[in-house]
Amino acid sequence: MTTETETHTQIAVEVAGLKVNALQDGSGPNIVVLHHSTGSPGWIPFYDLLAQNHTVTAIDMPGYGQSERPTWARHPRDIAMLLHSAVHKMGIDNDAHMVGMGFGGWVAAELAAMHLHGLDSLVLVGAAGVQPEEGEIADVIFYEFEEYVKLGFSSDEAYAEVFGDEAAPELKELWDFSREMTARLTWKPWMFNRQLPHLIGEVETPTLLLWGENDRVTPIGVAEVYDASLPNSTLQVIEGAGHLVELENPQAAADAISSFISGL
Amino acid sequence: MFIGYFTERPYQDFESGWVGATGREIEDLGMTNGDYDPRIGAELYNRYLDEKVYAEEMGFDGLMLNEHHSTPFCMGGVMNVEAAILARITKRAKIVLLGNVLPIWEDPLWLAEELAEIDMISRGRLVTGWVRGTGRESVAHNSQAPFNWERFQEAHDFVVKAWSTPGPFRWEGEHYQYRYVNPWARPYQDPHPQIWIPGVMSRNTVKWCAEHRYPYVMLATEIEPTKQSFNYYDEVARENGYEASTEHHGYLFKVHVDETEELAEEAGRKYISGPANPFLEGNQGTVRSNLQNLPGLTSRTALLPTVTTFAAAARGRQAERDAALAEKDAETDKQDADAFGTYEEQVNKYSIITGTPKTVIPKIRHVLEELRPGNIFFWDGDGAMNHDDAMRSLRLFGEEVIPAVREMGKELDLKGAFEVNTGSGAAFPGD
Repeated sequence: MTTETETHTQIAVEVAGLKVNALQDGSGPNIVVLHHSTGSPGWIPFYDLLAQNHTVTAIDMPGYGQSERPTWARHPRDIAMLLHSAVHKMGIDNDAHMVGMGFGGWVAAELAAMHLHGLDSLVLVGAAGVQPEEGEIADVIFYEFEEYVKLGFSSDEAYAEVFGDEAAPELKELWDFSREMTARLTWKPWMFNRQLPHLIGEVETPTLLLWGENDRVTPIGVAEVYDASLPNSTLQVIEGAGHLVELENPQAAADAISSFISGL
Repeated sequence: MFIGYFTERPYQDFESGWVGATGREIEDLGMTNGDYDPRIGAELYNRYLDEKVYAEEMGFDGLMLNEHHSTPFCMGGVMNVEAAILARITKRAKIVLLGNVLPIWEDPLWLAEELAEIDMISRGRLVTGWVRGTGRESVAHNSQAPFNWERFQEAHDFVVKAWSTPGPFRWEGEHYQYRYVNPWARPYQDPHPQIWIPGVMSRNTVKWCAEHRYPYVMLATEIEPTKQSFNYYDEVARENGYEASTEHHGYLFKVHVDETEELAEEAGRKYISGPANPFLEGNQGTVRSNLQNLPGLTSRTALLPTVTTFAAAARGRQAERDAALAEKDAETDKQDADAFGTYEEQVNKYSIITGTPKTVIPKIRHVLEELRPGNIFFWDGDGAMNHDDAMRSLRLFGEEVIPAVREMGKELDLKGAFEVNTGSGAAFPGD
């Protein structure tokens, strides 16, 4: 996996006294990407695919990766509010499409709820944030953190194709570090906000709900609640993929997003 | 010297297959309470209370209880209930709670009230103690792990204030908020019961404990790391302008006494053949490192040397150990803990002391000379030991061991926290 940053622009802004870091590449309409609860593993092939015709900005959410921790933050909504400012300070005010993956999808949905007319579109990839009618969002507390990442793939083989039989120590460090921040932001209830389905009822932003067919982390029921709550959403399932669609099938994920954006 | 008695109060179902040297593996939070038999529970709760009463008769200064949740190795989920009963049915011994798991209390005012009642019913015999709890406790009561340490400290400050500052007052804290703090019943002891802190490895806790001049009780850790922790305590004490001494140091260790060496070995082996217990070296069951190592529960720069032993590692952040083990076993995060600390090894390193009074007394002396604690607890009657095993030992403690240990305490000048005030360094008035 590419984690080189030399070929990408590293940008940093200060929000609420804290550094917020991002990687940026490509040209064209802006896509802002928010990572999973396990943190951003760097510049991944999925971003290259999106960057073929977009400017991709992959942000380390506050408290993750190279972005400083807001010790006072207690909810993904706090992170969404910080990102609202961060994106503005990064100069991304026009043609902004936001892609949130997993936990980052929840943050993106919170942001959409408070930033009603500022986004051109929203893409939620296996997003957390609402309670499914059936089943539960997987709880990292009951898994060793590498097992939790494995659960994000449709199979152990698919995991091994991306990370090898055992992930590099730096990645494990990232996952361990990231889950601490996540546990500061969501605990009771785990990985959803009971208010969110009501709040996003007013979000008219065109939204693509992109789900792996074999998502073992956020059940498809989560997508169904989003679909029922958002006035302008489309649900698309990627065959065979797990929760980490962008790692397991980057081409299909990027194609779906590009085609959604170009069809707006 | 302060001499206490402790049993973890395991749930012993001899028909279940969990008890015995070849018992079924127990995985952390891996059992259903559908397998729990309240009739067995009823017998055991009563048995353990009876043994505590007998321990007092045999001359122990303190009856120690502890608390764990959602697990068969310790039945003290609500040890305050046991403590309240002991407050009424015993007469002299201190009731030592090591400890309530502070961060999992959503309402520490309620805890302050419970403890005050126990202190009054016992007419001032409560020693209160507080812990941060393991991952098991945070999961069982769904307490947000990254704020465990903050909640511990805030709940402590709050309870002490509720006990010692006339109300009403308002408390708007980071983790706890009250608009009216004025518990009618205050503790019997003035300003409040002594606070002792048990622990195994958190450097933060040792530091905090020394800063507050509270006795720190090391729980069955090995001799060298225990010494190092006491040294660290003493260092922090000096930084805070006082000299720590024996009264600030406590130590819990496994000691069983019996009528013959044969009986002693038979019972001693039962330490490691009860229901698996992550705190009982040699029979820890399947430790799920992710539960012990919840996100943010322990900061990664705050490990004491005890992390090098498995018993301690099972209770703390396991990242370092996992990394070492990963080479041996990359496939699983579960380790077979039973490979560590066989009975013979534990006997050799003083982790298990068992024998007749004649053989046990010199071994206790060795531990006291090495560690110089002013407050000790003998951990007995545990694992697969039955009531008879426990009672034989208690009788011999009373007849021979306790008198001998008291003499040693005098000879070695090991003063306990009820002889010297740990807060001021002044001697308490004699009884």
